[in-house]
Amino acid sequence: MTQKAMTAAFVAGAVATAVAGLSATTPAHAQAKEKCYGISLAGQNDCKAGPGTTCAGSSTVDYQGNAWTLVPKGTCVTMELPGDRKGSLSELDRDLPEA
Amino acid sequence: MPVSTVSAAEFSSALLKPDEAAPRGIVGPDGDISPKRFNVYRNNVVVSLSEALAQTFPAVQNLLGDEYFQALARAFVTVHPPQSPVLLWYGADFPAFLEAFPPLAGYPYLADVARLEWAWLQAYHTADCGPLDPSVVVAIAPEQLGAARFEPHPASALIVSEFPILDLVRQNRFEKNDTVSVDLKQPQQVLVTRPELDVKMTFVQHSNAVFMDLLLKGRTLQEAAEASAAADPEFSLSGALSDCFSSGAFKDIIVQ
Repeated sequence: MTQKAMTAAFVAGAVATAVAGLSATTPAHAQAKEKCYGISLAGQNDCKAGPGTTCAGSSTVDYQGNAWTLVPKGTCVTMELPGDRKGSLSELDRDLPEA
Repeated sequence: MPVSTVSAAEFSSALLKPDEAAPRGIVGPDGDISPKRFNVYRNNVVVSLSEALAQTFPAVQNLLGDEYFQALARAFVTVHPPQSPVLLWYGADFPAFLEAFPPLAGYPYLADVARLEWAWLQAYHTADCGPLDPSVVVAIAPEQLGAARFEPHPASALIVSEFPILDLVRQNRFEKNDTVSVDLKQPQQVLVTRPELDVKMTFVQHSNAVFMDLLLKGRTLQEAAEASAAADPEFSLSGALSDCFSSGAFKDIIVQ
């Protein structure tokens, strides 16, 4: 590769090869995600306040309405939960821990 | 009723100088000068800053042992008081301090371990941002690709070390209960970023790290590719690009 000029076609080819290789092994994190409220089991929520806080795993009730978990995009409101519950893209007021 | 005459500047400057007398005007209810009361403040400042360092650099703490780390933190705190009230930004100078601390000259990997832990913390607290979608890059016309530049993800930091810093941090922080095989002669390059909610540390092969570093510094795709190929005849552009896309190092591509 010493003096071989990087032609536009070569660069474009490398980009195409790199991206093709990716889609074959797309890791789960590369999938679009959405925050889904009211679906996580007690203690298994991700963090509502995000980085800088320590609330991950802090929900105390199964399917707690104001706790969320990351799920693949588009699946939040369609997933089946026990007792006719549905997930939601915004906070819910059901299944809240007793104050 | 005694009136306190101590100034804030005098008070704070004396806090980090344990050998100096307490500032004048620090008195107890009886009106007598009370150095013990002032020493409570001195102790709280040093202990809370030392604890902040221990929470930011747990792998360094584990490598040195609690007692050594505590003494070291105390030495650091007195010469590097915080420049900001935000504790998560406290300790940026700690890696350089470790590097220059003569008693630790025999442990040259500590500074880079600290650099990796610092990058991890900054990535953790950076604003959320999704990674570059590779399909955007594929959609660019081939003749425009060479001049394109990549915009770094705000959480990205590439740490290039002569030491196995990723393995050291895994063993001493994230996987303390497992046995990570650490070969102190193995250099490691690590990209730290946070494409989703979790901080990710990715090992990047050396020539790919050279390429990624050039892109992170704003060089065009063509410039970075040519410089990397000149530096290493084995350089594979598609392999390096694959690392750039899968690691989440960038957030966008800019076409001129």
